[in-house]
Amino acid sequence: MRRYFLPVLGLILMLVSLYMVFVYVPTEKEMGIVQRIFYLMVPMGWLALLSFLLVFIGSILYLVKRQARWDALAYSSAEVGLVATTGALVVGSLWARPIWGVWWTWEPRLTATLVLWFVYLAYFMVRSFAGEESRGARFAAVIGIVGFIDLPIVVLATTLWRGMHPGGVIFSGGLESRMLLTLLVSLAAFTVLYVVLLNLRLALKNAEMVLKQVQANKSETES
Amino acid sequence: MSFLRKALAITRKDILSEFRTREIIFSALLFALLVIITFNFAFGGSQETLSVVAPGILWVTFTFAGILSLNRSFVAEKEENCLEGLMVAPMSREVIYAGKTLGSLLFMIVIEIIALPVFAILFDLPVFSAQIVTVTLLATIGFVAVGTLFSALAVNTKAREMVLPILFLPVVVPVIISAVEASGLALSGEPWGELAPWLQILGAFDVIFLVVSFWVFSYAIEE
Amino acid sequence: MEAADGHFTGIRVPAIAVKGLTKSFGSHLALRGVEFRVEAGEAVVIFGPNGAGKTTLIKILATIMNPSSGEVIINGLTTRDNAEKIRRGIGVITHQTFLYSNLTAFENLDFYCRLYDVPRPRERIEEVAATVDMTSRLHDRIGTLSRGMQQRLSIARALLHGPSILLLDEPETGLDQQAVAILRQAVTVEKGGRRTVVLTTHNLERGLELSDRLLILARGKIVFEKTTRTLDLSGLKEAYHQYTG
Repeated sequence: MRRYFLPVLGLILMLVSLYMVFVYVPTEKEMGIVQRIFYLMVPMGWLALLSFLLVFIGSILYLVKRQARWDALAYSSAEVGLVATTGALVVGSLWARPIWGVWWTWEPRLTATLVLWFVYLAYFMVRSFAGEESRGARFAAVIGIVGFIDLPIVVLATTLWRGMHPGGVIFSGGLESRMLLTLLVSLAAFTVLYVVLLNLRLALKNAEMVLKQVQANKSETES
Repeated sequence: MSFLRKALAITRKDILSEFRTREIIFSALLFALLVIITFNFAFGGSQETLSVVAPGILWVTFTFAGILSLNRSFVAEKEENCLEGLMVAPMSREVIYAGKTLGSLLFMIVIEIIALPVFAILFDLPVFSAQIVTVTLLATIGFVAVGTLFSALAVNTKAREMVLPILFLPVVVPVIISAVEASGLALSGEPWGELAPWLQILGAFDVIFLVVSFWVFSYAIEE
Repeated sequence: MEAADGHFTGIRVPAIAVKGLTKSFGSHLALRGVEFRVEAGEAVVIFGPNGAGKTTLIKILATIMNPSSGEVIINGLTTRDNAEKIRRGIGVITHQTFLYSNLTAFENLDFYCRLYDVPRPRERIEEVAATVDMTSRLHDRIGTLSRGMQQRLSIARALLHGPSILLLDEPETGLDQQAVAILRQAVTVEKGGRRTVVLTTHNLERGLELSDRLLILARGKIVFEKTTRTLDLSGLKEAYHQYTG
């Protein structure tokens, strides 16, 4: 019963948010129907950040405690995060096309997301290039920590760079109440999705570790 | 005291070795000059275009020259098989970070001191101002703070030389943006007040990453 | 202070005590529960085939590497908490010399003197250089010296700070006859008495010559232990093949 709770909750929230995005929420005046992509893009960006926060926490705990489960947490969260970041970039690009007439714009948040995407890639690359598992985990943790701390500075620099003032339009009263509600439901739906995906990935990672252990033991008894 | 003395011993050793071979400064400097000249061709050589893109050219040049020299910092140590010699000496790993960072900082500054006049002549720009010197110094500290950490990490991976830029470039995005913007303002004769936000970002980056890199360095070097 | 002398409330503290040491590289277990003691002044040789975990073990003893579990106690101090203090009393010699080829022998030794806080470095460098018979080449760059000379200087480097414990990881690789002789005499004897020596090798004869006691490390475990006085070369060869396959 318990293991189905979150997936079912996620499914219900997803359906509700779909209904709200397509039926309930009014069409934005200036941007038109395209603006509805906003309710997908913001949650994607949120997941990218949330995942990275978990990568950061997992990385610190792994370096301090040296327990494989913290690395498993960081790694699993990074995988979900990479998917979310890629999603945010694709969706952002789909939005940019009709609004600004280009596929890519150096809008500060989009730029920061791109940098985040490269940091995620570095996280996986250093792991596969380290040659040996525990070293890869350690190096990746270093990237996870440095990258996360870098993120606010990246956002600050890109915002200033495009001549815009920090702070979003979302909660500064610029959003109509039905829009805000739709956004919040979408955020909730995607957050639950994140937890479900993270749990699945963690279970898989644990199974991988058990399998490797069994294989190692087997090859030892054979030799 | 002992910390500083030993860190300086490492820096002194690196300088002495560099005096013999001129490996890092000579090759990075040659590379920097070639990049500057190549850009000159790439942008057609009209004075107006050049003055617009000059700050960008300057910082792309310094970034790549920096990667080149930072890579050598630990690759040389590894090729000589001396890294373990440092690790069995009675000092904390952070001493190695401090000594190596200081050495790389000095090398970078020498490269910049030689490259800047060449840049000034080729692009006919007034680079000899307190503003440009301040920006360059702050940005260079940021580069070596992160670069030394990643150099130590990259040296223990496969494809050593390839790993550093892939880790380094996304993380130093704020430094590059700030340095380019601040240099641009300085070259067009803006007062200090206009540069202040960029200098603040650079300063914050330097302090944060000197501290963070110092703290995680032992995990990057440990076997 | 008492612990550093090898004595603690009347009970003799071993120079090195290794307890339940394991080291895993991901799912590969390099060391799986290594246990042994080395008394102060004792010379112990660790034999083992390639891949047995000898280098990993030496790296852990030298505090270059951290163990996955278990502990190493050197002169009564755990390596986990006292690495810096322990490193002061250890000299490490491997087939890598830890010398910079662009610097002269003197500059190299001077650099290590600074790292080890050696007082009056100039005198000390001349002293150890004489021990390894390299006084005349002290101002030559390492890169111009022969492999054997480099190894002798590497011995000098390890002796600079007068360590009470020497760790040697396959040191005979690339050593010339003279260096082996130096290793045997100068290395084991310190002014105050005998040094504690841990040596790894797969050269059975040399190992027997240099040691009081031998251990065989196979597949990450100590599988055999005996004093060398009660063992001859043929007996050792037999035991070695039996345990290492």
